[in-house]
Amino acid sequence: MEVILIFISAVLVNNFVLSYFLGICPFIGVSDRTSSAVSMGFAATFVMTLTAAITWLINRYILIAFNLPFLEYVSFIIVIASLVQFVEMFIRKTSKALYDALGIYLPLITTNCAILGLALFGALREYSFIENVVFGIGAGLGFTLALVIMSGIREELDLADVPEPLRGAAITLILAGLLALAFMGFAGLISA
Amino acid sequence: MGNGGSSGNTSKKDRRVSYEFLKGFWKENPILVMILGMCPTLAVTTTAINGMTMGLAVLFVLTCSSLIVSLVRNIVPKQVRIPTFIVIIATFVTMVDLFLKAFFMDLSKALGPFIPLIVVNCIILGRAEAFASRNPVFISVIDAIGVSLGFTVTLIFLGGIREILGMRTFFGHQVLSSGFEPWVIMLLPPGAFITLGFMLGAKNMIDRRMGKNR
Repeated sequence: MEVILIFISAVLVNNFVLSYFLGICPFIGVSDRTSSAVSMGFAATFVMTLTAAITWLINRYILIAFNLPFLEYVSFIIVIASLVQFVEMFIRKTSKALYDALGIYLPLITTNCAILGLALFGALREYSFIENVVFGIGAGLGFTLALVIMSGIREELDLADVPEPLRGAAITLILAGLLALAFMGFAGLISA
Repeated sequence: MGNGGSSGNTSKKDRRVSYEFLKGFWKENPILVMILGMCPTLAVTTTAINGMTMGLAVLFVLTCSSLIVSLVRNIVPKQVRIPTFIVIIATFVTMVDLFLKAFFMDLSKALGPFIPLIVVNCIILGRAEAFASRNPVFISVIDAIGVSLGFTVTLIFLGGIREILGMRTFFGHQVLSSGFEPWVIMLLPPGAFITLGFMLGAKNMIDRRMGKNR
């Protein structure tokens, strides 16, 4: 049941965007339309799941086995950058439709701090392989959830009269704050 | 590099250097204008000192990375430049992380995972890609220092607001009377988002006023 708790925690209680402040740049940048929010979210979830799996293996069989903890950041980011590169090439070869939907967002995912954050948290909490992968899926879905909710709000915002100075990133941040406030309501869901 | 040439040439270079240095503070402020580096900005500004520490860490990493990136800019093949930059950045971040863990354990704990996350900080990669990889070493370093200091000042400002309203203190010293009930929300994620949103709005308003009065 541990995995279910990890999953729910990552999606709702400790949402990566609204509680941990990860993935904010794409959150602000890509949340203006629901279609792009969904694309970015799923691309990120896909990469996060694979990252969780591979970084766990690297951590266990290389970093810990050979006692190289100081290589954690360098090795993890190389994994992520390479993964994104391969995923992009793979999707371009296999599914044109999928590439058109996700394509432009994939390179952006390399600098998405949520991915590296996921890898670091997982290693820190010493999850098992399955727990790490579930954590990756949950984190990705939580990221997608926050993005999609925000895009829904911002699409409605097109019809609203936002004060001039606040248009764009400013109002998005204020809305994110209200969203974060709402998500704090999930805090009691899991009693540690 | 500024030694020799007519006085006209020297002042042009000086003007360029001062522009590249100062732009990071207002015109091209990484947080308020370029909307980069949002994650650490929101996460570590619970107090002013945490904000300052993050700013200084970024100063070290950005300056060293820009230096190296600018030095190797003509050697690195275009296709592998992003991974190369990232590995360079990750190396300096590892140094900062170990340094903080060794000498400033409390700050290291307070900043938590956001020190290693400097590796993917869009400010650093952004400056490497947009500036250091296309410009000579000296001006790249000036750009790096200017942008980092602009970042640091903004972090101290945001951290200061959140610390004063959320804990009555500034850099650890109490500045509001104990009669003031602290706004705990300021220390939590909603407070961070909303304050930064209003700071952005304020900057836009000030820009507008300054534009009108010209």
